[in-house]
Amino acid sequence: MSEHLNFHYNVDGENFVSAGQASVQVKKNLRELGLPPEVIRRVSIAMYEGEINMVIHADGGVADVDVYEDKIVITLDDRGPGIKDVALAMQEGYSTATDSVRSLGFGAGMGLPNMKRYTDDMRIDTTVGVGTKITMTINF
Amino acid sequence: MNSYRHSVVLDEEKCTGCTTCIRRCPTEAIRILNGKANIDTERCIDCGECIRVCPHKAKKAMCSKLEHYMHYKWKVALPAPALFGQFNGLEDIDEVLEGLKSIGFDEIYEVAKAAEMVTAYTRMYLKTDHIKKPVISSACPVISRLISLRFPYLKDNVLPIMPPMEIAAIKAREKAEREHPELKPKEIGVFFITPCAAKVSYIRNGYGGFKSNVDVVISLSDIYFMLLSAMKRGNPPTVNSEAGMIGIGWASSGGEATALLNDSYLSADGIENCIQVLESIENGNIPQLEFVELNACIGGCVGGVMTIETPFIAKTRLQTVRRYLPVSRNFLSGEEAYVPPEFITDGLPEYKPITRLSDSMGQSMRMMAEIQQLRQTLPGIDCGACGSPTCRAFAEDVVRGRAADGRCCVVLQQQKQQNTYADSMKEDEI
Ligand SMILES: Nc1ncnc2c1ncn2[C@@H]1O[C@H](COP(=O)(O)OP(=O)(O)O)[C@@H](O)[C@H]1O
Ligand code: SF4
Ligand code: SF4
Ligand SMILES: [Mg+2]
Repeated sequence: MSEHLNFHYNVDGENFVSAGQASVQVKKNLRELGLPPEVIRRVSIAMYEGEINMVIHADGGVADVDVYEDKIVITLDDRGPGIKDVALAMQEGYSTATDSVRSLGFGAGMGLPNMKRYTDDMRIDTTVGVGTKITMTINF
Repeated sequence: MNSYRHSVVLDEEKCTGCTTCIRRCPTEAIRILNGKANIDTERCIDCGECIRVCPHKAKKAMCSKLEHYMHYKWKVALPAPALFGQFNGLEDIDEVLEGLKSIGFDEIYEVAKAAEMVTAYTRMYLKTDHIKKPVISSACPVISRLISLRFPYLKDNVLPIMPPMEIAAIKAREKAEREHPELKPKEIGVFFITPCAAKVSYIRNGYGGFKSNVDVVISLSDIYFMLLSAMKRGNPPTVNSEAGMIGIGWASSGGEATALLNDSYLSADGIENCIQVLESIENGNIPQLEFVELNACIGGCVGGVMTIETPFIAKTRLQTVRRYLPVSRNFLSGEEAYVPPEFITDGLPEYKPITRLSDSMGQSMRMMAEIQQLRQTLPGIDCGACGSPTCRAFAEDVVRGRAADGRCCVVLQQQKQQNTYADSMKEDEI
């Protein structure tokens, strides 16, 4: 058997209403693996925020969750506009979300800070005009 | 090993194995085995969806029959407020209460009265420091069970106050013992009249090490028919309702939350909607809220599986009977500065990872990989013909050893076609 498991999701940028589905699926799978509730919660929050960001800021992308015996790695990869100033984007409350996105309850500017808070390691590789790849690791 | 006794039972004669219920079960607890629906008792949360969707009326919720419990010398009826929404043209709740007396109950203790007490206690609890917000209502046992099985992180958000039915049972017994010292405790029977299948299970099994104070559960629909004829006699009421608008309002979705007079609340009904709300709270993706009311049934308890009327009509009727009632008839006396300890629950049962594939993470990962592989070979049309609700669930059932591989008729059909094709090719070669 392979040394790790991979869950792969295409995150649809068109469909706002169903955003967050991948995170629900991941949660279900992690429960079946018998991971502790606290780990599952951290993964699902980080995943959820990353997924929503791909939908509202980058027109969708792909998400991969790789499960190893001692850690989970979440990779979110998109071909969106990229992030110009990462340090600024990481600040709590900073958001470029449009009003229509805000009216749906998104755009509080807490996504990236929470992704960092709930994971043990987070890397952002982004190039303006090319896309963004975020890699998060949760150890257990 | 599982000792949880559910109230939903199957009439084997009527079940055709049509697969309707397996696909509608929110926890994927049902499979078709040997042509009949079979419920996994560990996963079942008693939501009643299978009862609602079965086109052959093969599922029902088991309750006790009133006539088998007439031996109690003093019988106290605990009507759920949803009962009052069942009667066409009802003007006054007292008529229903009188009806309950004429079919053999000695005393009435309205659950709506206890609900008003819970409202008052909840307002007090919300002001407590250092509690986890949003506070989630504890009244719907489906939601409590769902949280303990699937959202363990939200355990501490659940209101630690007993549901109205339970408080009504305690109060009813206290009152009967106080007013009738001549009776032995076991001569007093507390009867809950239930719109709800989940409450039947709750009463039978207790919760988190706690035993219910209700002695007998009677289905609201049974009582309804008895009441209809009793109420026709039109005896002038000798009982007076002790509930107000708030207590009656608890029967419909939103009633509990609006009664808190606090704008920061959310109320949702229908099991799928409730699951979505819980997912959102768990992900922190919900605005700061004080209180969340969740009812598994559409419309709230008026949508319970043991009701007669559709929830929307029942709700409208309740609005009519509530119209001239005082807002509430149950207040806390000035001295009551805390929730009485006997009404505090120890919380939900322990979290059990019921869906996990095995005890060891390594083994679970191997099984998950097998599930993924097998799933790739399946058509993905979720037809249910194999007896599992989805192709993914079927793959999981096979890997868990609960279903035999090779039961997918679509795959079998494809193989057959390929074989015929291969055979004809061979013939051509000759
Ligand atoms: N995948 C992404 N692609 C492009 N920009 C992004 C992406 N994720 C985040 N951003 C930028 O970073 C900002 C902050 O993100 P976040 O903290 O999640 O707040 P919010 O999503 O509420 O705006 C966003 O407003 C957006 O400008
Ligand atoms: S819905 Fe379920 S219980 Fe009813 S007939 Fe079909 S398989 Fe049987
Ligand atoms: S909404 Fe009411 S009737 Fe329905 S399951 Fe919950 S408590 Fe029971
Ligand atoms: Mg965000």
